[in-house]
Amino acid sequence: MNTLDQLEQQSVYIFREAFRHFERLCMLWSVGKDSTVLLWLARKAFFGHVPFPLIHIDTSYKLPEMIAYRDRLAKEYGLTMIVGQNTEVLATGRTFPSTEKLPDGHPDKVSRVQCCGWLKRDALTHTLNGTWPRRRLNLKTGAYEPDADRGPYHGVIVGARADEEGSRSKERYFSPRDKNNAWDVGEQPPEFWNQFKTDFAPETHVRVHPLLDWTELRVWEYIKRESIPTVSLYYDRGNGTRYRSLGCAPCQAPIASTAKTVDDVIAELKSGKLRNIAERSGRLQDGKHGLEELRREGYM
Amino acid sequence: MNIVVVGHVDHGKSTVVGRLLADTHTLPEGKLEAVRLECQRTGKPFEYAFLLDALSDEQDQGITIDTARAFFKTPQRDYIIIDAPGHIEFLKNMISGAARAEAAVLVIDAKEGVRENSRRHGYILSLLGIRQVVVCVNKMDLVDRREDHFRRLEKEYREFLNDIGAAEPRQFIPVSAIHGENLADRGAQMLWYKGPTLLESLDAFEKAPPTSERPFRLPVQAIYKFASRGDDRRLIAGRVESGRVRVGDKVVFSPSNKTSTIKSIEAFNAAPRTDIEAGWSTGFTLTEEIYVTRGEIMSHEAAPPQVSTRFRTNMIWLGKKPFEKGRDYKIKIHTQALPVRLLEIKKVIDASAALPPHVSRPLAEAASAPPASGALDKDRVGRHDVAEVVLETRQPVAFDDFAQGEATGRFVVVDGYDIAGGGIITGAEKDAQEDFRAEARLRDFNWIPGGVAAEERAKRFGHRPALVMFVGPAGSGKHKFARAVEKAFFQEGKAVYMLDGTNVLLGVDSDLIWKQSTQNELVRRFAEVAHLLLDAGLIVVSTTNAIGLADVAAVQALLPDFPLLVVEINAAPGPLSPSDARLTGLEGEADVVARVAELLALRHITAP
Repeated sequence: MNTLDQLEQQSVYIFREAFRHFERLCMLWSVGKDSTVLLWLARKAFFGHVPFPLIHIDTSYKLPEMIAYRDRLAKEYGLTMIVGQNTEVLATGRTFPSTEKLPDGHPDKVSRVQCCGWLKRDALTHTLNGTWPRRRLNLKTGAYEPDADRGPYHGVIVGARADEEGSRSKERYFSPRDKNNAWDVGEQPPEFWNQFKTDFAPETHVRVHPLLDWTELRVWEYIKRESIPTVSLYYDRGNGTRYRSLGCAPCQAPIASTAKTVDDVIAELKSGKLRNIAERSGRLQDGKHGLEELRREGYM
Repeated sequence: MNIVVVGHVDHGKSTVVGRLLADTHTLPEGKLEAVRLECQRTGKPFEYAFLLDALSDEQDQGITIDTARAFFKTPQRDYIIIDAPGHIEFLKNMISGAARAEAAVLVIDAKEGVRENSRRHGYILSLLGIRQVVVCVNKMDLVDRREDHFRRLEKEYREFLNDIGAAEPRQFIPVSAIHGENLADRGAQMLWYKGPTLLESLDAFEKAPPTSERPFRLPVQAIYKFASRGDDRRLIAGRVESGRVRVGDKVVFSPSNKTSTIKSIEAFNAAPRTDIEAGWSTGFTLTEEIYVTRGEIMSHEAAPPQVSTRFRTNMIWLGKKPFEKGRDYKIKIHTQALPVRLLEIKKVIDASAALPPHVSRPLAEAASAPPASGALDKDRVGRHDVAEVVLETRQPVAFDDFAQGEATGRFVVVDGYDIAGGGIITGAEKDAQEDFRAEARLRDFNWIPGGVAAEERAKRFGHRPALVMFVGPAGSGKHKFARAVEKAFFQEGKAVYMLDGTNVLLGVDSDLIWKQSTQNELVRRFAEVAHLLLDAGLIVVSTTNAIGLADVAAVQALLPDFPLLVVEINAAPGPLSPSDARLTGLEGEADVVARVAELLALRHITAP
């Protein structure tokens, strides 16, 4: 077994444990490379099937290519595709991009971290617990329709990796969140070997992290080995830039790179100029403890 | 390779790791500078530990709260360094880190010496089966880098490890993490030390040998039948924990003793294969469709796992409430989960007891620790204690001794919603059903099946077989209820038969003299008669005065492959009964029929 095999096999084991223990299980799919590898691993675990819904939180600021790619794969794989959104904040325009031009100190100005909090964290919390409406993809018509199911999810599979950022390196494979979706870092359950926390009090839920031990490089190596389809935004399409990490268009900067293929990206990560630059450095909301704060309160 | 760094609080674990990352140029560009600047800004002295203690609380308090993982690389191999907290409050976090590790670095402060968690972490590494350990004696700069001081500490800690029967450390290394001596670089100060640096010691660790050559073990994780997108495969899924298996191999399942043959090995987006070995999470189809459940172990017939209800363990308790006799807990072992009790405490090791008298014990610990006299508390294991105990499960469970099979020989204990303890199995304890289980195994492995498979019978009858035992004193109404259940089920079209113990006594048992010494034989014959009826696919409803509640475990041992439901009438008070339903005897017959039907549906014997 090589390293990729070992990582894959452990992820498969975690998937099957999650599926066994949570009747109301879902998986977050940002359509980025990590959660797409996660989707592929789910198909590995369940012999080509994905026996739970996929949840996408649509901030409305995602690049259109990401949405097209999401719907194409959903149809191809026969996924149960659910989309959640903070429609209220979007309707009232209280977002970072729509208040960016206001002068500093203006009472209506929304910071990047606030914007993430509303469009991502709050939308996620309420989509998971069923208090906000969900839309479900009709695989026959290709249209999104109101989802009749309003029940809360108790198990949520996410693609966080320990190497991404400090607070993520402290995660468990199975990590409980309280009823407000909050993460109590000081009171995490023990995790002996492959015995995970699978008993939980009513109204709490558990985040499951099958990718915890993967690194950015291993994710790309696996994409290559398995020929996993990825969004073209990850590659240079002629202007000498590409995205290394995908989020909302206004808060992500492409990096200078001429990597045009998966092989180029791997070569760049292995020996090129990116070796010593943090992956999320193009994600402008992180800042000092910004991501930790968001994560404690339920951010992915 | 995963390496955990452990040791007492403030002995410098995070500093060791931070410095190692810095000196091997593993840190992202600018990270070191950013942390230095942040320290200047907040007026805190710079510490290498800040590179790892990423949480704001950790930096504010200057301690590690939870394990962090740092990725790091030498020409030899990739490492994940797991930095574990040393504070007693976060022991469970330390364990989570250590349980993922293949080797460990234990850090001891040269000035403070061997402290409570230096010892406790030593126990825990041993308990978790981590055999490759190096000890860093840190902060050598605070003791003038004196060799005699280092040697004294080395001797003290070696003696301690020896006393507890832990593995010998590979190496003791005098280091000064803050000055970067003997970590990645040797430094010019401690020339009396000729041994390897920490980095050299890490590279000298060995990968655990593959377990492919050990007996085949696959704990059943799930049975899948997705029945969507044109897929009608019935798949037995799980991870091969040791050994290997090939298409065409005959396999047995424990504890049920069911047997079948591997028809195919299934996978998504992978080349077809005819054999598979340790480490792979896989799925099989079988030639004979059999009913098995999660928690059974698939093995070859020649080397099956042990099966018992009692086993000796070494374990650590982390629960807020002590681990007590007389209470129900849940044990999770490989993929099995079932009720468990603490049967006997053989020894409690109290790491804090060995403290010098002038060091006072934290209050929280004193409250949960055994009595100060050192006398063994016979009924409970306190928080953070390491203990040798005997556990008893309600139903038989398949396992291995940890020394023979790691993944099938370790467990956790769940109290309420929380994992509150964990440990390893050191051996099976004798229980009263051992001989019966051996008989059943021999019988089942050599059983000659007829031309009709159990699954076919189940399909025809609309249910699986099961034994419903009515037990209770003579005259309490067992017979009346058993008859009512038989009649009602028959009318619903079920294949059902009432087995009255008297009828077995009259014929099969007629050679036995009616006395206590023959009780075992009465039970054995009764269960074997039931076994034949169950093999025919029937729901057997039994009523007998000769066989009571005390014999249930023996009956179950002889019928490992069939569900047993015990309905107790005129039950004695107390929570210790193994029965599934308890009646007064005054209930209406229809109520009892409904109750039994409900129990069968709950166990998936009939469709709900």
